[in-house]
Amino acid sequence: MRLSLKVSGLAVAFGLPCALLLALAIARGRFPGRSVLNAAAHLPMVLPPVVTGWLLLIVFGRYGVIGSWLDTLFGVRLVFTTAGAVLACTVMVFPLMMRTMRLSLEAIDPALDAAARSLGAGRLDRFATVTLPLAGPGVLVAAIVGFAASLGEFGAVITFAANIPGRTQTLPLAIYAALQSPGGEATAARLSLVSIMLAACALLLSEVIAKRLQAGVGRR
Amino acid sequence: MSDADDGLTVAFRHRLGETVFDIAFAAPPHGLVALFGPSGSGKTTAALVAAGLLRPDEGRVVVRGTVLTDTARAIFVPPERRRVGIVFQDSRLFPHMRVEANLRYGARRNPPGPVRFGEVVSLLGLSLLLSRRPHTLSGGERQRVAIGRALLAQPRALVLDEPLASLDSARKAEILPYLERLKAAMALPILYISHDLPEVVRLADTLALIEAGRVVACGPLETIAARADLPLAARDDAGAVLESVIVAHHPARGLSEIQAGGRRLLLPTVDRLSGSRLRVRIPAREVALATERPGPMSVHNILPGTVGTIAQDLQRPAALVEVRFDGSGLIARVTPDAVASLDLGPGRPVFALVKSVAIEPIG
Repeated sequence: MRLSLKVSGLAVAFGLPCALLLALAIARGRFPGRSVLNAAAHLPMVLPPVVTGWLLLIVFGRYGVIGSWLDTLFGVRLVFTTAGAVLACTVMVFPLMMRTMRLSLEAIDPALDAAARSLGAGRLDRFATVTLPLAGPGVLVAAIVGFAASLGEFGAVITFAANIPGRTQTLPLAIYAALQSPGGEATAARLSLVSIMLAACALLLSEVIAKRLQAGVGRR
Repeated sequence: MSDADDGLTVAFRHRLGETVFDIAFAAPPHGLVALFGPSGSGKTTAALVAAGLLRPDEGRVVVRGTVLTDTARAIFVPPERRRVGIVFQDSRLFPHMRVEANLRYGARRNPPGPVRFGEVVSLLGLSLLLSRRPHTLSGGERQRVAIGRALLAQPRALVLDEPLASLDSARKAEILPYLERLKAAMALPILYISHDLPEVVRLADTLALIEAGRVVACGPLETIAARADLPLAARDDAGAVLESVIVAHHPARGLSEIQAGGRRLLLPTVDRLSGSRLRVRIPAREVALATERPGPMSVHNILPGTVGTIAQDLQRPAALVEVRFDGSGLIARVTPDAVASLDLGPGRPVFALVKSVAIEPIG
């Protein structure tokens, strides 16, 4: 349970800034390969999670392209570790977070950017004072939804990081393990209840924020 | 046009799709230059070029001696550093900030200048709006805030791109006096984009007529409005504009007397002090012509002048006749038959007859 929260928290912490950058690039940028990038970022959402996990194994595994490099340079191994579980979760919820933020970024009138420019605001200044505050609720919703989805991540985690109690055994994996062992139904039910509550809370929270957004906190 | 120009100089060529814009005009340091023309003629493109939000294929923008764009010398000052304020048709206030934060946005990002916060707030009547959110403001209020926000960034020049186009006529009437006060109070060149003739006639000092990506004519409003050969004269509401001074009131007769271009004119009493300036408009269809001074009649104003250009009105079977007098003039819309029977031609002395009730005081 605590491990689950930690894995999800880290997944959001690492994934959100990257997802925001990519969302910005896709929402605002005009560059070749924009739609290819967009499609690639969305792949984990439509691929079977097992396939994503397996691809992660190929790339980040001990003999994988990046995995072997990480191993020799830093002695970091991702497979079968908590970090690996975090990576798997990050990749899986990345498209969800990016999509949420892209939609809220696209809802911002780009003309406001021109107005801020004419008033003397540079690029970073405009991002910090206009774009980010207006996309703020969207970013928050993305974080919550990403966190909740990450709590439920199963296929990619079990494929890439395996099911090791205390290291990679997140909530759904623990439920799965409990169901596999004789007499584990009570444990499974208990864990499921926790899982349901966490998910419900997260969805409720994101709904409240979305409502406030629609109510026009700062919309014209 | 040279760098010595201490007002606002904009000259550019730019291609957008099939359309080529080739536009050049200049504004004096303290006046308002209006770009007037139909939509799609390139007015907004000119505004964007002036503000640096569009980089023209070729061109120069000089504001008070500072070169902001010069493609020949590869100079292009980005908009955030050129200090040219721009107000758009949609006010573009920051929705997440209150009015006061909006107003102060540019102030914090530019060197201090002569424009004071309190002064702008009172000039534009914003004191009761400061703690409001933009979405609670009316269209006219939003535009006033947007103008204030642009002014407080201490601009070297102000660009107003159709600031009243999205407002109904009541809101327009409400905001026009603010613009007039602004013009008088602020010592900076203002570029005003509009397709609304009454607005332009009321505000402009210099008028640039734009059609299909070109400047058809550019000069003082009085001069441009008095020309018969421009598309302005073919409009149904065409008419000359005179800058006059009120010289006397005749309360017993219900008339005021003004002086313009060395001529005195009478019009129904205007509620202004003697000695104050008054801009008046004289519609071309209200001006009659005579070759001899007529005898007693109801028309108060009989103005001697000489015929200038005579142009055919392309919209209707009529002729447009310029009547010139010292440094100013009128246009008369008459029938081609009248032109023929009076044997009117350039240089011929003529009397322009204007009913006093036909003279429209503006602002």
